[in-house]
Amino acid sequence: MILVFSEDNETALEILGKGREIADSLKTELGVISIGNGEDLISSGADKIYSIDIVPSSDNIVEIISNLNDQYKPEIILIGGTKLGKEVAPRIAQISDAGCATDCIDCSIEDGHLIVKRFVLGGRFLETIRFLRKPQIATLLPGKFEKKEDKTRKSEIIKIIYKPAEPKIQILEIKKKAPQELKIEEADIIVAVGRGLKKKEDIKLIESLADAIGGAVGCSRSIAADLKWLTEEHWVGLSGHKVKPRLYVAIGISGQVQHIAGIRDAKTIIAINDDPNAPIFKACDYGFVGDLYEIIPKLIEKLKKQI
Amino acid sequence: MPDIIVCLKQIYDLSQIRADTSSGRPITEGVARKISDFDRNALEEALKIKEKHGGKVLALICGARDAAKEALAMGADEAIIYQSPEGIDYLGTTSILAGYIQKIKYELILCGEASIDEYSFQAGPRLAQALGIPVLTYARRIELKDNEIIVERELEDRYEVSKTRLPALVTVTKEINQPRVPTLLQILGASKKPITEINPIKPEVGIEILSIQAVEMKRKEIVIKDIDELVKVISGKG
Ligand SMILES: Cc1cc2nc3c(=O)[nH]c(=O)nc-3n(C[C@H](O)[C@H](O)[C@H](O)COP(=O)(O)OP(=O)(O)OC[C@H]3O[C@@H](n4cnc5c(N)ncnc54)[C@H](O)[C@@H]3O)c2cc1C
Ligand SMILES: Nc1ncnc2c1ncn2[C@@H]1O[C@H](COP(=O)(O)O)[C@@H](O)[C@H]1O
Repeated sequence: MILVFSEDNETALEILGKGREIADSLKTELGVISIGNGEDLISSGADKIYSIDIVPSSDNIVEIISNLNDQYKPEIILIGGTKLGKEVAPRIAQISDAGCATDCIDCSIEDGHLIVKRFVLGGRFLETIRFLRKPQIATLLPGKFEKKEDKTRKSEIIKIIYKPAEPKIQILEIKKKAPQELKIEEADIIVAVGRGLKKKEDIKLIESLADAIGGAVGCSRSIAADLKWLTEEHWVGLSGHKVKPRLYVAIGISGQVQHIAGIRDAKTIIAINDDPNAPIFKACDYGFVGDLYEIIPKLIEKLKKQI
Repeated sequence: MPDIIVCLKQIYDLSQIRADTSSGRPITEGVARKISDFDRNALEEALKIKEKHGGKVLALICGARDAAKEALAMGADEAIIYQSPEGIDYLGTTSILAGYIQKIKYELILCGEASIDEYSFQAGPRLAQALGIPVLTYARRIELKDNEIIVERELEDRYEVSKTRLPALVTVTKEINQPRVPTLLQILGASKKPITEINPIKPEVGIEILSIQAVEMKRKEIVIKDIDELVKVISGKG
Protein backbone atom coordinates (compact mmCIF):
# COMPACT_ATOMS: atom_id res chain seq x y z
CA MET A 1 0.00 0.00 0.00
CA ILE A 2 0.95 3.63 -0.56
CA LEU A 3 -0.25 5.68 2.41
CA VAL A 4 -0.87 9.42 2.02
CA PHE A 5 -1.46 12.12 4.60
CA SER A 6 -1.84 15.86 4.67
CA GLU A 7 -3.90 17.89 7.12
CA ASP A 8 -4.34 20.35 4.26
CA ASN A 9 -7.01 19.05 1.91
CA GLU A 10 -5.62 20.68 -1.26
CA THR A 11 -2.19 19.22 -0.59
CA ALA A 12 -3.67 15.80 0.14
CA LEU A 13 -5.42 15.87 -3.24
CA GLU A 14 -2.19 16.83 -5.02
CA ILE A 15 -0.25 14.03 -3.38
CA LEU A 16 -3.00 11.54 -4.13
CA GLY A 17 -2.60 12.46 -7.81
CA LYS A 18 1.04 11.39 -7.67
CA GLY A 19 0.27 8.54 -5.26
CA ARG A 20 -2.19 7.01 -7.74
CA GLU A 21 0.46 6.95 -10.42
CA ILE A 22 2.93 5.21 -8.12
CA ALA A 23 0.34 2.79 -6.75
CA ASP A 24 -0.59 1.78 -10.32
CA SER A 25 3.02 1.22 -11.31
CA LEU A 26 3.57 -0.94 -8.22
CA LYS A 27 0.13 -2.56 -8.61
CA THR A 28 -0.77 -1.78 -5.06
CA GLU A 29 -3.47 0.07 -3.17
CA LEU A 30 -3.60 3.77 -2.39
CA GLY A 31 -4.74 4.72 1.10
CA VAL A 32 -5.22 8.17 2.58
CA ILE A 33 -5.81 9.44 6.09
CA SER A 34 -8.57 12.00 6.25
CA ILE A 35 -9.19 14.38 9.11
CA GLY A 36 -13.00 14.37 9.15
CA ASN A 37 -15.51 12.09 7.48
CA GLY A 38 -13.46 11.51 4.32
CA GLU A 39 -16.19 12.64 1.90
CA ASP A 40 -14.00 15.33 0.37
CA LEU A 41 -11.42 12.76 -0.74
CA ILE A 42 -13.93 10.39 -2.30
CA SER A 43 -13.01 11.00 -5.96
CA SER A 44 -9.34 11.65 -5.38
CA GLY A 45 -8.00 8.35 -6.65
CA ALA A 46 -7.70 6.67 -3.24
CA ASP A 47 -8.82 3.07 -2.70
CA LYS A 48 -9.10 3.36 1.07
CA ILE A 49 -9.88 6.43 3.12
CA TYR A 50 -9.03 6.16 6.79
CA SER A 51 -11.24 8.75 8.37
CA ILE A 52 -10.52 10.09 11.79
CA ASP A 53 -12.13 12.79 13.83
CA ILE A 54 -9.42 14.71 15.69
CA VAL A 55 -7.71 18.06 15.86
CA PRO A 56 -4.39 17.16 14.25
CA SER A 57 -1.24 17.64 16.30
CA SER A 58 2.24 16.37 15.66
CA ASP A 59 1.97 13.83 18.48
CA ASN A 60 -1.38 12.35 17.51
CA ILE A 61 -0.60 12.21 13.77
CA VAL A 62 2.70 10.45 14.48
CA GLU A 63 0.87 7.87 16.56
CA ILE A 64 -1.95 7.35 14.05
CA ILE A 65 0.37 6.92 11.07
CA SER A 66 2.68 4.64 13.06
CA ASN A 67 -0.30 2.48 14.03
CA LEU A 68 -1.40 2.25 10.40
CA ASN A 69 2.18 1.47 9.44
CA ASP A 70 2.26 -1.42 11.92
CA GLN A 71 -1.08 -2.69 10.71
CA TYR A 72 -0.78 -2.38 6.92
CA LYS A 73 3.00 -2.19 6.36
CA PRO A 74 2.80 0.35 3.51
CA GLU A 75 5.79 0.36 1.18
CA ILE A 76 5.67 4.11 0.82
CA ILE A 77 4.29 6.90 3.03
CA LEU A 78 3.83 10.24 1.28
CA ILE A 79 3.14 13.27 3.45
CA GLY A 80 2.27 16.85 2.51
CA GLY A 81 5.27 19.10 3.15
CA THR A 82 3.51 21.57 5.42
CA LYS A 83 5.19 22.53 8.69
CA LEU A 84 3.26 19.78 10.47
CA GLY A 85 4.09 17.31 7.70
CA LYS A 86 7.81 18.06 7.88
CA GLU A 87 7.75 17.43 11.62
CA VAL A 88 5.78 14.18 11.60
CA ALA A 89 7.52 12.51 8.62
CA PRO A 90 11.00 12.29 10.22
CA ARG A 91 9.47 11.20 13.53
CA ILE A 92 7.58 8.34 11.88
CA ALA A 93 10.74 7.42 10.00
CA GLN A 94 12.67 7.34 13.27
CA ILE A 95 10.08 5.09 14.92
CA SER A 96 10.16 2.68 12.01
CA ASP A 97 13.97 2.75 11.57
CA ALA A 98 13.59 4.17 8.11
CA GLY A 99 14.92 6.84 5.79
CA CYS A 100 13.05 10.02 5.01
CA ALA A 101 13.39 12.89 2.55
CA THR A 102 11.59 16.21 2.94
CA ASP A 103 10.32 18.82 0.44
CA CYS A 104 10.58 16.51 -2.55
CA ILE A 105 9.65 17.97 -5.93
CA ASP A 106 9.58 14.71 -7.82
CA CYS A 107 9.12 11.05 -7.03
CA SER A 108 9.20 7.88 -9.09
CA ILE A 109 9.87 4.16 -8.85
CA GLU A 110 12.98 2.44 -10.17
CA ASP A 111 13.54 -1.28 -9.63
CA GLY A 112 10.96 -1.23 -6.89
CA HIS A 113 12.74 1.54 -4.96
CA LEU A 114 11.30 4.98 -4.37
CA ILE A 115 13.47 7.67 -5.97
CA VAL A 116 12.93 11.31 -5.01
CA LYS A 117 14.46 14.65 -5.93
CA ARG A 118 14.88 17.68 -3.70
CA PHE A 119 16.76 20.98 -3.74
CA VAL A 120 19.89 21.33 -1.61
CA LEU A 121 22.73 23.85 -1.14
CA GLY A 122 20.51 26.90 -1.17
CA GLY A 123 18.37 25.62 -4.01
CA ARG A 124 21.08 25.65 -6.65
CA PHE A 125 21.53 21.90 -6.76
CA LEU A 126 19.12 19.03 -7.13
CA GLU A 127 19.73 15.90 -5.09
CA THR A 128 18.48 12.49 -6.20
CA ILE A 129 17.82 10.02 -3.40
CA ARG A 130 17.08 6.31 -3.38
CA PHE A 131 15.40 4.62 -0.44
CA LEU A 132 16.99 1.50 0.96
CA ARG A 133 14.45 0.44 3.58
CA LYS A 134 10.73 0.29 4.12
CA PRO A 135 8.62 2.21 4.74
CA GLN A 136 9.98 4.76 2.30
CA ILE A 137 8.89 8.09 3.72
CA ALA A 138 8.88 11.40 1.87
CA THR A 139 7.20 14.76 2.23
CA LEU A 140 6.19 16.35 -1.05
CA LEU A 141 6.29 20.08 -1.66
CA PRO A 142 2.78 21.57 -1.68
CA GLY A 143 1.69 23.13 -4.97
CA LYS A 144 4.06 21.00 -7.04
CA PHE A 145 1.88 18.05 -8.02
CA GLU A 146 -1.34 17.85 -9.98
CA LYS A 147 -4.64 16.74 -8.55
CA LYS A 148 -6.35 14.04 -10.57
CA GLU A 149 -10.05 13.57 -10.15
CA ASP A 150 -11.26 10.03 -10.53
CA LYS A 151 -15.01 9.70 -10.26
CA THR A 152 -15.10 6.07 -11.36
CA ARG A 153 -13.09 4.70 -8.47
CA LYS A 154 -15.03 3.59 -5.43
CA SER A 155 -13.14 4.59 -2.33
CA GLU A 156 -13.92 2.65 0.79
CA ILE A 157 -14.18 4.80 3.91
CA ILE A 158 -12.86 3.15 7.06
CA LYS A 159 -13.45 4.88 10.37
CA ILE A 160 -10.46 4.83 12.68
CA ILE A 161 -11.05 4.70 16.39
CA TYR A 162 -8.29 6.53 18.15
CA LYS A 163 -8.05 7.11 21.87
CA PRO A 164 -5.46 9.81 22.41
CA ALA A 165 -3.16 9.49 25.38
CA GLU A 166 -2.81 12.35 27.85
CA PRO A 167 -1.13 15.02 25.65
CA LYS A 168 2.44 15.88 26.54
CA ILE A 169 2.12 19.26 24.93
CA GLN A 170 -0.50 21.74 25.97
CA ILE A 171 -1.53 24.60 23.71
CA LEU A 172 -1.95 27.78 25.76
CA GLU A 173 -2.81 30.24 23.05
CA ILE A 174 -3.35 30.49 19.30
CA LYS A 175 -2.77 33.82 17.58
CA LYS A 176 -4.11 33.82 14.05
CA LYS A 177 -2.05 35.66 11.46
CA ALA A 178 -3.92 38.17 9.33
CA PRO A 179 -5.53 36.30 6.45
CA GLN A 180 -3.41 36.15 3.32
CA GLU A 181 -5.05 38.20 0.64
CA LEU A 182 -2.35 38.15 -1.95
CA LYS A 183 -1.58 34.86 -3.65
CA ILE A 184 1.77 35.80 -5.08
CA GLU A 185 2.23 32.29 -6.47
CA GLU A 186 -0.56 33.03 -8.91
CA ALA A 187 0.62 36.48 -10.04
CA ASP A 188 1.37 36.87 -13.74
CA ILE A 189 3.69 39.83 -13.19
CA ILE A 190 5.69 40.53 -10.03
CA VAL A 191 7.66 43.65 -9.21
CA ALA A 192 9.93 42.69 -6.34
CA VAL A 193 12.12 44.85 -4.18
CA GLY A 194 15.06 44.23 -1.86
CA ARG A 195 17.45 45.94 0.49
CA GLY A 196 18.28 48.48 -2.21
CA LEU A 197 15.25 50.37 -0.94
CA LYS A 198 16.25 52.96 1.64
CA LYS A 199 13.08 53.48 3.65
CA LYS A 200 9.68 52.00 4.19
CA GLU A 201 7.82 54.89 2.55
CA ASP A 202 9.60 54.09 -0.72
CA ILE A 203 7.56 50.91 -1.06
CA LYS A 204 5.04 53.31 -2.66
CA LEU A 205 7.43 53.80 -5.54
CA ILE A 206 7.52 50.05 -6.14
CA GLU A 207 3.76 49.85 -5.82
CA SER A 208 3.27 52.53 -8.47
CA LEU A 209 5.53 50.65 -10.86
CA ALA A 210 3.63 47.44 -10.13
CA ASP A 211 0.36 49.30 -10.77
CA ALA A 212 1.66 50.71 -14.03
CA ILE A 213 2.28 47.22 -15.43
CA GLY A 214 -0.51 45.40 -13.59
CA GLY A 215 1.77 43.40 -11.33
CA ALA A 216 1.87 42.28 -7.72
CA VAL A 217 4.56 43.47 -5.31
CA GLY A 218 7.10 40.91 -4.09
CA CYS A 219 10.20 41.26 -1.93
CA SER A 220 13.35 39.61 -0.62
CA ARG A 221 13.66 38.08 2.81
CA SER A 222 15.32 41.20 4.20
CA ILE A 223 12.30 43.37 3.44
CA ALA A 224 9.75 40.93 4.90
CA ALA A 225 11.62 39.26 7.75
CA ASP A 226 14.21 41.74 8.98
CA LEU A 227 12.69 45.13 8.19
CA LYS A 228 9.05 44.00 8.12
CA TRP A 229 8.21 46.65 5.53
CA LEU A 230 6.00 44.15 3.71
CA THR A 231 4.12 41.14 5.06
CA GLU A 232 5.22 37.54 4.55
CA GLU A 233 2.79 37.05 1.70
CA HIS A 234 5.13 39.19 -0.44
CA TRP A 235 8.27 37.24 0.51
CA VAL A 236 9.82 35.36 -2.41
CA GLY A 237 12.52 32.71 -2.17
CA LEU A 238 13.60 29.43 -0.69
CA SER A 239 11.96 30.09 2.66
CA GLY A 240 9.31 32.39 1.17
CA HIS A 241 6.99 31.83 -1.76
CA LYS A 242 8.07 30.04 -4.91
CA VAL A 243 6.63 32.01 -7.79
CA LYS A 244 6.17 31.38 -11.50
CA PRO A 245 5.16 34.67 -13.15
CA ARG A 246 5.48 35.52 -16.82
CA LEU A 247 7.56 38.54 -15.78
CA TYR A 248 9.62 39.07 -12.61
CA VAL A 249 11.25 42.45 -12.07
CA ALA A 250 13.88 42.37 -9.30
CA ILE A 251 14.75 45.83 -8.03
CA GLY A 252 17.58 46.41 -5.54
CA ILE A 253 17.82 42.66 -4.94
CA SER A 254 21.34 41.25 -4.91
CA GLY A 255 20.27 37.80 -6.13
CA GLN A 256 21.57 35.47 -3.43
CA VAL A 257 20.96 31.77 -4.09
CA GLN A 258 18.07 31.61 -1.66
CA HIS A 259 16.20 34.36 -3.46
CA ILE A 260 16.84 32.85 -6.89
CA ALA A 261 15.49 29.52 -5.62
CA GLY A 262 12.06 31.15 -5.46
CA ILE A 263 12.03 32.58 -8.99
CA ARG A 264 13.43 29.67 -10.95
CA ASP A 265 10.14 29.12 -12.75
CA ALA A 266 9.72 32.75 -13.81
CA LYS A 267 9.55 33.04 -17.59
CA THR A 268 11.43 36.34 -17.88
CA ILE A 269 13.50 38.04 -15.19
CA ILE A 270 14.50 41.70 -15.37
CA ALA A 271 16.96 43.08 -12.82
CA ILE A 272 17.64 46.67 -11.80
CA ASN A 273 20.60 47.15 -9.49
CA ASP A 274 23.27 49.80 -9.04
CA ASP A 275 26.05 47.26 -8.55
CA PRO A 276 27.17 45.83 -11.91
CA ASN A 277 28.69 42.86 -10.06
CA ALA A 278 25.51 41.88 -8.23
CA PRO A 279 24.86 38.14 -8.71
CA ILE A 280 21.34 38.90 -9.95
CA PHE A 281 22.85 39.96 -13.29
CA LYS A 282 23.97 36.35 -13.81
CA ALA A 283 20.47 35.10 -13.11
CA CYS A 284 18.35 37.43 -15.21
CA ASP A 285 17.29 37.82 -18.82
CA TYR A 286 17.59 41.60 -18.93
CA GLY A 287 19.74 43.63 -16.58
CA PHE A 288 19.87 47.38 -16.10
CA VAL A 289 22.65 48.89 -14.01
CA GLY A 290 21.59 52.01 -12.16
CA ASP A 291 20.08 53.68 -9.14
CA LEU A 292 16.50 52.56 -8.65
CA TYR A 293 15.57 56.03 -7.34
CA GLU A 294 16.51 57.51 -10.70
CA ILE A 295 15.17 54.76 -12.91
CA ILE A 296 11.82 53.82 -11.40
CA PRO A 297 10.21 57.30 -11.62
CA LYS A 298 11.33 57.59 -15.25
CA LEU A 299 10.02 54.12 -15.98
CA ILE A 300 6.64 54.87 -14.45
CA GLU A 301 6.35 58.09 -16.42
CA LYS A 302 7.24 56.42 -19.71
CA LEU A 303 4.98 53.44 -19.07
CA LYS A 304 2.05 55.72 -18.30
CA LYS A 305 2.59 57.63 -21.55
CA GLN A 306 2.49 54.38 -23.49
CA ILE A 307 -0.99 53.52 -22.36
CA MET B 1 19.60 25.07 36.66
CA PRO B 2 19.04 23.40 33.34
CA ASP B 3 21.80 21.75 31.36
CA ILE B 4 21.32 22.53 27.70
CA ILE B 5 22.65 20.67 24.69
CA VAL B 6 22.84 22.54 21.41
CA CYS B 7 23.25 20.54 18.19
CA LEU B 8 25.27 22.31 15.55
CA LYS B 9 26.55 21.53 12.11
CA GLN B 10 29.39 23.10 10.23
CA ILE B 11 28.53 23.68 6.58
CA TYR B 12 30.16 25.08 3.45
CA ASP B 13 29.54 28.72 2.72
CA LEU B 14 26.88 28.24 0.07
CA SER B 15 27.64 31.47 -1.75
CA GLN B 16 31.13 30.14 -2.53
CA ILE B 17 30.08 26.77 -3.93
CA ARG B 18 30.43 26.52 -7.71
CA ALA B 19 29.22 23.81 -10.04
CA ASP B 20 31.71 21.81 -12.09
CA THR B 21 31.08 22.86 -15.66
CA SER B 22 31.20 19.36 -17.11
CA SER B 23 29.70 17.16 -14.39
CA GLY B 24 27.40 19.74 -12.74
CA ARG B 25 28.55 18.53 -9.34
CA PRO B 26 29.18 21.01 -6.53
CA ILE B 27 32.82 21.96 -6.01
CA THR B 28 33.53 22.30 -2.30
CA GLU B 29 37.33 22.26 -2.45
CA GLY B 30 38.77 25.34 -0.82
CA VAL B 31 35.33 26.60 0.22
CA ALA B 32 35.20 28.11 3.72
CA ARG B 33 33.06 26.41 6.35
CA LYS B 34 30.89 28.02 8.99
CA ILE B 35 28.32 27.06 11.60
CA SER B 36 24.90 26.75 9.93
CA ASP B 37 22.84 29.91 10.43
CA PHE B 38 19.91 28.69 12.53
CA ASP B 39 22.21 26.58 14.71
CA ARG B 40 23.86 29.81 15.76
CA ASN B 41 20.41 31.06 16.78
CA ALA B 42 19.93 27.87 18.80
CA LEU B 43 23.24 28.44 20.60
CA GLU B 44 22.41 32.10 21.25
CA GLU B 45 19.08 31.07 22.78
CA ALA B 46 20.81 28.50 25.00
CA LEU B 47 23.23 31.16 26.21
CA LYS B 48 20.37 33.53 26.99
CA ILE B 49 18.62 30.84 29.04
CA LYS B 50 21.87 30.11 30.84
CA GLU B 51 22.35 33.79 31.65
CA LYS B 52 18.90 33.86 33.22
CA HIS B 53 18.63 30.47 34.86
CA GLY B 54 22.17 29.13 35.18
CA GLY B 55 23.22 25.67 34.08
CA LYS B 56 25.73 24.48 31.51
CA VAL B 57 25.67 24.73 27.74
CA LEU B 58 27.18 21.87 25.78
CA ALA B 59 27.71 22.25 22.04
CA LEU B 60 27.47 18.98 20.12
CA ILE B 61 29.00 19.75 16.77
CA CYS B 62 29.32 17.94 13.50
CA GLY B 63 32.44 19.66 12.26
CA ALA B 64 36.01 20.66 12.93
CA ARG B 65 37.80 22.37 15.83
CA ASP B 66 37.32 25.88 14.46
CA ALA B 67 33.55 25.46 14.81
CA ALA B 68 34.03 24.26 18.39
CA LYS B 69 36.23 27.25 19.14
CA GLU B 70 33.62 29.60 17.79
CA ALA B 71 30.84 28.00 19.85
CA LEU B 72 33.01 28.20 22.98
CA ALA B 73 33.91 31.83 22.28
CA MET B 74 30.23 32.65 21.99
CA GLY B 75 29.78 31.22 25.48
CA ALA B 76 29.29 27.44 25.39
CA ASP B 77 30.98 25.70 28.34
CA GLU B 78 32.06 22.60 26.53
CA ALA B 79 32.17 21.29 22.97
CA ILE B 80 32.00 17.80 21.53
CA ILE B 81 33.01 17.46 17.89
CA TYR B 82 32.71 14.63 15.44
CA GLN B 83 33.06 14.06 11.70
CA SER B 84 30.11 12.68 9.82
CA PRO B 85 30.90 9.26 8.32
CA GLU B 86 30.66 9.19 4.51
CA GLY B 87 27.24 8.34 3.07
CA ILE B 88 25.33 8.99 6.27
CA ASP B 89 21.65 10.01 6.40
CA TYR B 90 19.35 11.28 9.16
CA LEU B 91 18.67 7.80 10.53
CA GLY B 92 22.43 7.45 10.98
CA THR B 93 23.00 10.98 12.31
CA THR B 94 20.24 10.49 14.85
CA SER B 95 21.76 7.29 16.12
CA ILE B 96 25.11 9.08 16.60
CA LEU B 97 23.56 12.09 18.36
CA ALA B 98 21.12 10.07 20.49
CA GLY B 99 23.83 7.52 21.30
CA TYR B 100 25.96 10.27 22.79
CA ILE B 101 23.17 12.25 24.48
CA GLN B 102 21.64 9.19 26.15
CA LYS B 103 24.73 8.89 28.32
CA ILE B 104 24.66 12.42 29.70
CA LYS B 105 22.38 14.58 31.82
CA TYR B 106 20.33 17.32 30.17
CA GLU B 107 17.06 19.19 30.56
CA LEU B 108 16.82 20.89 27.20
CA ILE B 109 18.07 20.24 23.67
CA LEU B 110 18.09 23.01 21.07
CA CYS B 111 18.46 22.60 17.32
CA GLY B 112 17.98 24.86 14.34
CA GLU B 113 14.70 24.31 12.49
CA ALA B 114 16.80 23.29 9.49
CA SER B 115 20.40 23.24 8.35
CA ILE B 116 21.11 25.70 5.55
CA ASP B 117 22.75 23.21 3.18
CA GLU B 118 20.33 20.30 3.43
CA TYR B 119 17.28 22.22 4.62
CA SER B 120 15.64 19.03 5.81
CA PHE B 121 13.92 19.90 9.09
CA GLN B 122 14.69 16.34 10.15
CA ALA B 123 17.40 16.15 12.80
CA GLY B 124 15.46 17.83 15.64
CA PRO B 125 12.20 15.86 15.44
CA ARG B 126 14.07 12.59 14.87
CA LEU B 127 16.38 13.15 17.83
CA ALA B 128 13.46 13.91 20.15
CA GLN B 129 11.70 10.78 18.93
CA ALA B 130 14.80 8.66 19.50
CA LEU B 131 15.19 10.04 23.01
CA GLY B 132 11.48 9.75 23.78
CA ILE B 133 11.09 13.42 24.73
CA PRO B 134 8.54 16.00 23.52
CA VAL B 135 9.50 18.24 20.60
CA LEU B 136 8.35 21.77 19.85
CA THR B 137 9.35 23.00 16.39
CA TYR B 138 9.67 26.43 14.73
CA ALA B 139 10.17 28.39 17.96
CA ARG B 140 10.35 32.17 17.80
CA ARG B 141 10.21 32.67 21.56
CA ILE B 142 11.23 30.44 24.47
CA GLU B 143 10.53 30.87 28.14
CA LEU B 144 11.53 28.57 30.99
CA LYS B 145 9.41 28.24 34.11
CA ASP B 146 10.38 25.77 36.82
CA ASN B 147 10.60 22.50 34.98
CA GLU B 148 8.39 23.55 32.11
CA ILE B 149 9.11 25.26 28.83
CA ILE B 150 6.77 27.64 27.03
CA VAL B 151 7.38 28.07 23.33
CA GLU B 152 5.80 30.35 20.77
CA ARG B 153 5.83 28.48 17.49
CA GLU B 154 5.47 30.01 14.06
CA LEU B 155 3.13 27.99 11.84
CA GLU B 156 1.70 28.81 8.39
CA ASP B 157 -1.41 30.70 9.44
CA ARG B 158 -0.91 31.20 13.15
CA TYR B 159 1.37 31.46 16.13
CA GLU B 160 0.87 28.77 18.72
CA VAL B 161 2.01 29.14 22.30
CA SER B 162 2.62 25.67 23.74
CA LYS B 163 3.87 24.28 26.98
CA THR B 164 5.55 21.03 27.91
CA ARG B 165 7.64 19.51 30.68
CA LEU B 166 11.39 19.21 30.56
CA PRO B 167 13.33 17.39 29.28
CA ALA B 168 12.29 18.52 25.82
CA LEU B 169 13.73 19.41 22.43
CA VAL B 170 13.02 22.71 20.70
CA THR B 171 13.93 23.74 17.14
CA VAL B 172 14.36 27.48 16.58
CA THR B 173 13.80 29.88 13.68
CA LYS B 174 16.10 32.64 12.50
CA GLU B 175 13.68 35.20 13.92
CA ILE B 176 14.13 34.11 17.55
CA ASN B 177 17.21 36.23 18.26
CA GLN B 178 20.32 37.90 16.89
CA PRO B 179 23.33 35.65 17.57
CA ARG B 180 26.18 37.41 19.38
CA VAL B 181 29.59 37.95 17.83
CA PRO B 182 32.31 37.01 20.32
CA THR B 183 34.82 39.64 21.36
CA LEU B 184 38.56 39.09 21.07
CA LEU B 185 38.73 38.60 24.83
CA GLN B 186 36.08 35.90 24.65
CA ILE B 187 37.88 34.23 21.78
CA LEU B 188 41.10 34.15 23.81
CA GLY B 189 39.27 33.07 26.97
CA ALA B 190 37.67 30.17 25.17
CA SER B 191 40.99 28.48 24.48
CA LYS B 192 40.92 26.97 27.96
CA LYS B 193 37.49 25.38 27.55
CA PRO B 194 37.34 21.67 26.79
CA ILE B 195 36.86 20.27 23.29
CA THR B 196 36.32 16.52 23.09
CA GLU B 197 36.46 14.66 19.83
CA ILE B 198 34.40 11.54 19.34
CA ASN B 199 34.76 9.05 16.50
CA PRO B 200 31.46 7.40 15.72
CA ILE B 201 31.41 4.38 13.45
CA LYS B 202 29.09 4.46 10.45
CA PRO B 203 25.59 3.52 11.57
CA GLU B 204 22.83 1.96 9.46
CA VAL B 205 21.22 4.29 6.94
CA GLY B 206 17.80 4.41 5.28
CA ILE B 207 18.59 6.24 2.06
CA GLU B 208 21.44 6.79 -0.35
CA ILE B 209 22.22 9.88 -2.39
CA LEU B 210 22.55 8.96 -6.05
CA SER B 211 23.62 12.36 -7.33
CA ILE B 212 23.80 16.09 -6.66
CA GLN B 213 23.50 18.13 -9.82
CA ALA B 214 23.50 21.88 -10.50
CA VAL B 215 20.13 23.14 -11.62
CA GLU B 216 20.63 24.65 -15.03
CA MET B 217 19.35 28.20 -15.24
CA LYS B 218 19.37 29.34 -18.80
CA ARG B 219 18.88 33.08 -18.70
CA LYS B 220 19.70 35.50 -21.47
CA GLU B 221 21.80 37.84 -19.31
CA ILE B 222 21.34 40.76 -21.72
CA VAL B 223 22.58 44.10 -20.42
CA ILE B 224 20.30 47.00 -21.27
CA LYS B 225 21.70 50.51 -21.23
CA ASP B 226 18.85 52.51 -22.68
CA ILE B 227 15.79 53.22 -20.56
CA ASP B 228 13.44 53.02 -23.56
CA GLU B 229 14.70 49.48 -24.15
CA LEU B 230 13.88 48.72 -20.52
CA VAL B 231 10.38 50.13 -20.98
CA LYS B 232 9.96 47.82 -23.97
CA VAL B 233 10.94 44.64 -22.16
CA ILE B 234 8.95 45.54 -19.05
CA SER B 235 5.82 46.23 -21.01
CA GLY B 236 6.31 43.01 -22.95
CA LYS B 237 7.03 44.76 -26.25
CA GLY B 238 10.73 43.93 -26.32
C1 LIG C 1 18.17 29.39 4.96
C2 LIG C 1 18.04 30.71 4.31
C3 LIG C 1 16.88 30.96 3.64
C4 LIG C 1 16.71 32.17 2.98
N1 LIG C 1 15.56 32.37 2.30
C5 LIG C 1 15.42 33.51 1.60
C6 LIG C 1 14.23 33.74 0.83
O1 LIG C 1 13.30 32.94 0.82
N2 LIG C 1 14.16 34.89 0.11
C7 LIG C 1 15.17 35.82 0.09
O2 LIG C 1 15.02 36.82 -0.61
N3 LIG C 1 16.27 35.63 0.83
C8 LIG C 1 16.43 34.51 1.59
N4 LIG C 1 17.54 34.35 2.34
C9 LIG C 1 18.47 35.49 2.49
C10 LIG C 1 19.42 35.67 1.31
O3 LIG C 1 20.57 34.88 1.53
C11 LIG C 1 19.85 37.14 1.19
O4 LIG C 1 20.39 37.56 2.43
C12 LIG C 1 18.71 38.06 0.81
O5 LIG C 1 18.01 37.58 -0.30
C13 LIG C 1 19.26 39.43 0.51
O6 LIG C 1 18.19 40.33 0.28
P1 LIG C 1 18.39 41.59 -0.65
O7 LIG C 1 18.81 41.16 -2.01
O8 LIG C 1 17.13 42.37 -0.55
O9 LIG C 1 19.52 42.43 0.09
P2 LIG C 1 21.05 42.64 -0.25
O10 LIG C 1 21.76 41.39 -0.46
O11 LIG C 1 21.55 43.59 0.77
O12 LIG C 1 21.01 43.37 -1.66
C14 LIG C 1 20.62 44.67 -1.88
C15 LIG C 1 20.97 45.01 -3.31
O13 LIG C 1 20.45 46.30 -3.63
C16 LIG C 1 21.38 46.98 -4.41
N5 LIG C 1 21.14 48.41 -4.25
C17 LIG C 1 21.44 49.20 -3.18
N6 LIG C 1 21.03 50.46 -3.39
C18 LIG C 1 20.46 50.47 -4.62
C19 LIG C 1 19.86 51.48 -5.40
N7 LIG C 1 19.74 52.73 -4.96
N8 LIG C 1 19.41 51.16 -6.62
C20 LIG C 1 19.52 49.89 -7.09
N9 LIG C 1 20.06 48.89 -6.40
C21 LIG C 1 20.53 49.19 -5.17
C22 LIG C 1 22.73 46.52 -3.93
O14 LIG C 1 23.70 46.65 -4.95
C23 LIG C 1 22.46 45.06 -3.57
O15 LIG C 1 22.77 44.22 -4.67
C24 LIG C 1 17.72 33.16 3.02
C25 LIG C 1 18.89 32.90 3.71
C26 LIG C 1 19.06 31.69 4.35
C27 LIG C 1 20.34 31.46 5.07
N1 LIG D 1 25.08 16.12 11.75
C1 LIG D 1 24.55 16.91 12.70
N2 LIG D 1 25.13 17.02 13.91
C2 LIG D 1 24.62 17.83 14.86
N3 LIG D 1 23.49 18.54 14.70
C3 LIG D 1 22.87 18.47 13.51
C4 LIG D 1 23.36 17.66 12.45
N4 LIG D 1 22.54 17.79 11.40
C5 LIG D 1 21.58 18.65 11.77
N5 LIG D 1 21.76 19.07 13.04
C6 LIG D 1 20.88 19.96 13.83
O1 LIG D 1 19.56 19.78 13.36
C7 LIG D 1 19.03 20.95 12.79
C8 LIG D 1 18.18 20.62 11.59
O2 LIG D 1 18.99 20.17 10.54
P1 LIG D 1 18.45 19.45 9.23
O3 LIG D 1 17.58 18.33 9.68
O4 LIG D 1 19.71 19.01 8.54
O5 LIG D 1 17.70 20.48 8.43
C9 LIG D 1 20.25 21.83 12.52
O6 LIG D 1 19.87 23.18 12.56
C10 LIG D 1 21.18 21.43 13.65
O7 LIG D 1 20.81 22.10 14.86
